Amino acid sequence: MGERILMKGNEAIGEAAIRAGCRYFFGYPITPQNEIPEYLSRRLPEVGGVFLQAESEVAAINMVYGAAGAGARVMTSSSSPGISLKQEGLSYLAGAELPCVVVNIIRGGPGLGGIQPAQSDYFQATRGGGHGDYRTPVFGPASIQEMVELVMEAFEVADRYRNPVMVVGDGILGQMMEPVVLPDPKPLDSLPAKPWATTGNQGRPPNVINSLFLDANLCSRHNEHLQEKYREICRREVRYELVDPEGAEIYFVAYGTTSRVVRSVMNRAREEGIITGLIRPITLWPFPQEPFERVVERAKAFLCVEMSAGQMVEDVRLAVNGRRPVHFYGRTGGVVPSPAEIADALRKVLEGRDPGA
Amino acid sequence: MTHEILMAGFGGQGIMFMGTLLAHAGMMEDKEVTWMPSYGPEMRGGTANCSVVISHEPVASPLVSEPTALIVMNRPSLERFEGTLRPGGLLVVNTSLVDRRPERQDVRLLEVPANEMADRLGSLRVANMVVLGAFVQASRVVTLHSIKQALPEVLPQHRHGLIEVNVKALEAGAALASGGQ
Amino acid sequence: MREVFTRPKSMRKVVMHYCPGCTHGIAHRLVAEAIDELGIQHRTIGVASVGCSVLAYEYFDCDFQQAAHGRAPAVATGIKRVLPDRVVFTYQGDGDLASIGTAEIVHAAMRGERITVIFINNAVYGMTGGQMAPTTLVGQVTTTSPGGRDPRHCGHPIRIAEMLATLEGAAYVARVSLHDPAHVARARRAVLKAFRTQLEDRGFALVEMLSSCPTNWGMSPREALRWVKEKLIPQYPLGEFRVPEEEARP
Repeated sequence: MGERILMKGNEAIGEAAIRAGCRYFFGYPITPQNEIPEYLSRRLPEVGGVFLQAESEVAAINMVYGAAGAGARVMTSSSSPGISLKQEGLSYLAGAELPCVVVNIIRGGPGLGGIQPAQSDYFQATRGGGHGDYRTPVFGPASIQEMVELVMEAFEVADRYRNPVMVVGDGILGQMMEPVVLPDPKPLDSLPAKPWATTGNQGRPPNVINSLFLDANLCSRHNEHLQEKYREICRREVRYELVDPEGAEIYFVAYGTTSRVVRSVMNRAREEGIITGLIRPITLWPFPQEPFERVVERAKAFLCVEMSAGQMVEDVRLAVNGRRPVHFYGRTGGVVPSPAEIADALRKVLEGRDPGA
Repeated sequence: MTHEILMAGFGGQGIMFMGTLLAHAGMMEDKEVTWMPSYGPEMRGGTANCSVVISHEPVASPLVSEPTALIVMNRPSLERFEGTLRPGGLLVVNTSLVDRRPERQDVRLLEVPANEMADRLGSLRVANMVVLGAFVQASRVVTLHSIKQALPEVLPQHRHGLIEVNVKALEAGAALASGGQ
Repeated sequence: MREVFTRPKSMRKVVMHYCPGCTHGIAHRLVAEAIDELGIQHRTIGVASVGCSVLAYEYFDCDFQQAAHGRAPAVATGIKRVLPDRVVFTYQGDGDLASIGTAEIVHAAMRGERITVIFINNAVYGMTGGQMAPTTLVGQVTTTSPGGRDPRHCGHPIRIAEMLATLEGAAYVARVSLHDPAHVARARRAVLKAFRTQLEDRGFALVEMLSSCPTNWGMSPREALRWVKEKLIPQYPLGEFRVPEEEARP
């Protein structure tokens, strides 16, 4: 572990990837994530890697497919409209069981939307996003330090399950600077072996990277295998943070940037004698059920805050399953909910009113 | 204590640099810091602003909607942000480019003719350092010493020739704020 | 007894799914022969596309990746950038390469990716059942141009080899035909050159092969071959449109 350095979120993502042993990046410019490709275009050649600016997000994700199939640790990054274009490739990567890391610095949508921070790609990220029955683990860090650690962990999880892993942030996490302690680089010779990769079939039968199964029974068996893998991920890879102070009755549920604004509100509410808790999902998929079980008995209500019209709140409702009221407050289109707005929503919940109404 | 500082001006005034230097100095004092720029089309020639939070505790939100201190480098920034400053907060105004008095009576006002002072030091470009020196002296968010220590860390190697004039500007600002000028 | 004809080592001993009279089989064989002749079977990685040749990975005896529709050049780029000392080729049809995958093929050529592209042009979408392709001839009847291709409505056929030959990154670009043994022999030489271009690190290489599709053209295999000669070649002239520089000098 080294000293604290002040780093922009997007650049920290690039450095974390390199320290995770990623040597290949394929991307396409889009705001607000441009510092990731810019940083890697400088840094990757220094460590013997390759940065390539593709002709489109579609091409970039398919270059990722080729590089992942060739056995490399590889990453791409984009922002919402570009991630939509990558969904085709993500489905193929999931189908062909190829590991990679995809970063989405989410901006307001739909369509071209804007470039300001949003969390409106939650459905797309956690439900697979492309066609077919597949899932990708999704990490939603709330600080640059956590971003660095989760980007590095994303490569491990991707390789462990041979599956794409997504890391989502927003313009705030991408553009802001915070002190960060960069973990030591992973030695390249410690990376997992990939005997399935297409590297030339010297001394072994040919390897084939493929997601085509024309026989429905074979395709079904492949799907069952994928589902078993996803169940395993649900058992082993759930991450969350639970802030559960003595006396809390209302529990916020928020992730990423929004969870930090919520913390500001919690700090101020505490000064007024109002004690609240926070469930912060770190993996958005698999969604953490456990913290809800830990607090649902003593919770009066849950208040989910998002930079969306209400997406994660559906998972919160599934987790709470009718046992307690679940309220929602959100802002859309790139507007970050202010502490005052959230405090107002909290007040309404405390009074037994619906803050969304 | 958590300091939430908002600094604003137009592109080219070195707003981002001023914020970066402040955040860096805070980090060197082992404090928790965040630095958040405005981004997007407005950063190309229009207004520029950035938020710096410095605290002894982990920083909750890096977004500053009600700053404890506001630094305005030009008049449009005063118009836009004056109302957001918390009562009792510190308002630093670059009077060289702000030709009206602030309306707020419930804040602490520090007026700095930064462009004139920078001009006298031989470089208009260090007006931001004059203001930063004055702000640090008046607010004690970090020490002037830390800001000076942060300069060679933040300035790229090929700009290290500018450290001297930057230090002079910081000191001139600090002197003004402590009533020495 | 002397063996005069045998299966190339780089082909698997399986029955192909191609229709009777289709020239995909010949094209496959030419690629496999080139791989054998250059001794690169165990360091070659193929990229299969979407179209009739979607199952190419079952026919070639080397490592393979199956790509999304049109994306084979991007996938090949990813492989080649990770493994620059391996040989990477794509095998794509005209719907895949000349329609949905135009951006990928143009930019792979522009970058001078050290890959070899085998491009099968049979003027029709084969696997989906004979729809109009960008390469379909004017007046040609397909399932989506029942009155024949009308250029006022959907334009004129696209000439990929000529287009790509304008790019500096393209080191070798040729168009060949598979309609008779003499032309197959010339096609064989072109495929070899396209692989050598990659092995010699000269740049992007593409061989466009005029191919027959008796099933979707509604012809007998023999009629289809004649149609290649009489209809396709006049629209798509044969030849080398770009050759590596040294070779181009007199």
